[in-house]
Amino acid sequence: MISGADIMVKCLQAEGVDTVFGYPGATICPFYDSLYDSDIRHILVRQEQNAAHAASGYARAKMKPGVCVATSGPGATNLITGIATAYCDSIPMIAITGQVKSDLLGRDVFQEADITGACESFTKHSYLVSKTEDIPRIFKEAFHIASTGRPGPVLIDIPMDMQTNMIESFDYPETVNIRGYKPNTKGHTIQVKKAVEMIRSSKRPIIVSGGGVLSSGAKLKLQKFAEITQIPVLSTMMGIGVMPSEHPLYLGMLGTHGRRCANKALHETDLAIVCGARLGDRAIASPDQMSERTKIIHIDIDPAEIGKNVTVDVPIVGDMNNVLRSLIESIEDYKIDDEWDAEVKDLKAHYQSKISTFEGYVEPRTLIGKLSSMLKRKAILCADVGQNQIWCANNFKIREGRFFTTGGMGTMGYSIPAAIGAKLGLSKRDVVVVCGDGSFQMSLNELSTIVQNDLNIKIIVMRNYRLGMVRELQDNMYNKRHSATILNDKPDIVALAKAYGIDSVEVSSNEDAEKYIGKIVESDKPFVLVCRVHPDTPSIL
Amino acid sequence: MKYTLSVLVENQAGVLSKISGLFSRRGFNIDSLAVGVTSDPTVSRITIVANGDEYVVEQLEKQLNKLIPVIKVKRLIDGEFISRELCLIKVHSPAAKRFEIIKIAELMGAKIVDVAANTITLEYCDTTEQIATLTDLVRPYGIREIVRTGTVAIDKGKSTVS
Repeated sequence: MISGADIMVKCLQAEGVDTVFGYPGATICPFYDSLYDSDIRHILVRQEQNAAHAASGYARAKMKPGVCVATSGPGATNLITGIATAYCDSIPMIAITGQVKSDLLGRDVFQEADITGACESFTKHSYLVSKTEDIPRIFKEAFHIASTGRPGPVLIDIPMDMQTNMIESFDYPETVNIRGYKPNTKGHTIQVKKAVEMIRSSKRPIIVSGGGVLSSGAKLKLQKFAEITQIPVLSTMMGIGVMPSEHPLYLGMLGTHGRRCANKALHETDLAIVCGARLGDRAIASPDQMSERTKIIHIDIDPAEIGKNVTVDVPIVGDMNNVLRSLIESIEDYKIDDEWDAEVKDLKAHYQSKISTFEGYVEPRTLIGKLSSMLKRKAILCADVGQNQIWCANNFKIREGRFFTTGGMGTMGYSIPAAIGAKLGLSKRDVVVVCGDGSFQMSLNELSTIVQNDLNIKIIVMRNYRLGMVRELQDNMYNKRHSATILNDKPDIVALAKAYGIDSVEVSSNEDAEKYIGKIVESDKPFVLVCRVHPDTPSIL
Repeated sequence: MKYTLSVLVENQAGVLSKISGLFSRRGFNIDSLAVGVTSDPTVSRITIVANGDEYVVEQLEKQLNKLIPVIKVKRLIDGEFISRELCLIKVHSPAAKRFEIIKIAELMGAKIVDVAANTITLEYCDTTEQIATLTDLVRPYGIREIVRTGTVAIDKGKSTVS
């Protein structure tokens, strides 16, 4: 005989899970008790939301589902923002929540919350376990659903009695068969042919790549496609890292906070080849105008994204790897016009603006640019949300590394827990957090997790005593009325970090910042570098 | 534009709330929704009649297809399907008016399922348009109550949703 809780652990092992992030509580205790004897590493976070974000960072680093665990009621509801973030950013995740005993369901007992109901609109799928025998099938399906097609979070809510019930034996299914879920990965041949013809007849094509290229692992294929054809590449925020930042064909991030040369090129193109991007409002502010101006080929694994935000001329539903392979095969003899090539190069050179600096403060954009070259080639930068995100997106120079941020949901407090997940997933990589003093204070409790697990994560806090992004919005749109965007000068972050046992220093010049970064990258200890930033430093150039 | 969707779903708890939630969340308006089990007891069929333009219908089909328990979504083409709705109408009917109402029922092919001192209840199964005609005809007498099942629909000829 075997208990449901033991089965849950065996299911995780069968899926190759070696690390889970969570926070225990009464209704998930049977699972935690089984976990105690297993070889699965459990990372105790300091608040459940961060368990989900850490699982997200882990998932992105390992390219497989991250797992987070919480108890029923408040534990589960605290996970919600993390689950919703993973959904919006298309991150594969399994969220496991304890639930009150099944005979008490619906009676509003202590720590009961309808979490499957609450998460309905931002989980890819959810399960409320009603039979212990179903647990293996549900785990098998959940991992399959989370990691195939367009990745996303799957929630498994398990009443306590389902964990304690004993059944005959454990048998993990080898296959799944869900009749309503058969993602089309191939890419329709006729559509690919149409796309090829459209590319051949275009004069000024451009590639817009998004997070889908990264999550499908098609980065190198996209680079090859661009290099063969010499078509310039833009990326969305989630697509940053698709090309090395210094690649001659790469123009940077597009959109409201993107690079001007990227937006200008998008304005001048006659064919946008959109790869694994949903073209949300931050990327394309006026989709109707774009559809009128240019032809669009849209490649995505999720058919519902095609035609949702922009009208498309050639839709291709499929996995980016397969579609790019087909495109590369049929377009090897094509190259873009010299004229367009020259124009794009001009644009790129023309829009290299100068960054103005404030005496006595760190210039964050210059520092982030510099930071790139001080880290190892494969470094992972975790950017939070706010001005710091835009500074990083536009100035961090990726070589072979990664850029983790929440471009879809924009959840403040993401960077520190995501970095924890990333570091646990890829321990040899340099993992650096860049956040603001607002976002830092949303997840600073995780400094404790960093210390407890001896994680070498460097945190750079851009401190301007403001909620900079909103303040900037108020400057531009609300007549400089700074409603609720001024933070005070407490806490003393350096003292706070030290209280957690992490060394920290505050600097107010790029020279000092670089000096410390040079030192700390050599150390295997975590560090918090606080950079004083002038409040009037803008997001974009 | 009014359109009719036939949706095959897993016959399990929570599926209906996923579907109705999707409509409200994405701002789609439902005219009617009818659910029932099919010849396969593990599969239910939902007929949805909704309003919207081509963009809305296409989005709706795609979003429905994204739901894991949704097995198949089919948009029924105007003129190529049969649709029916059942309704029960309780009409105010003093003795003096009873005969007139019975006449209307006969004319429209509605069944009289209950008669009481001051009311008469009609059962009517037809298209939404015919139901509108009947309700218009009996409205002057005073409709006390009306209950409708929502439209169910099936393709004409050999075409099926499976």
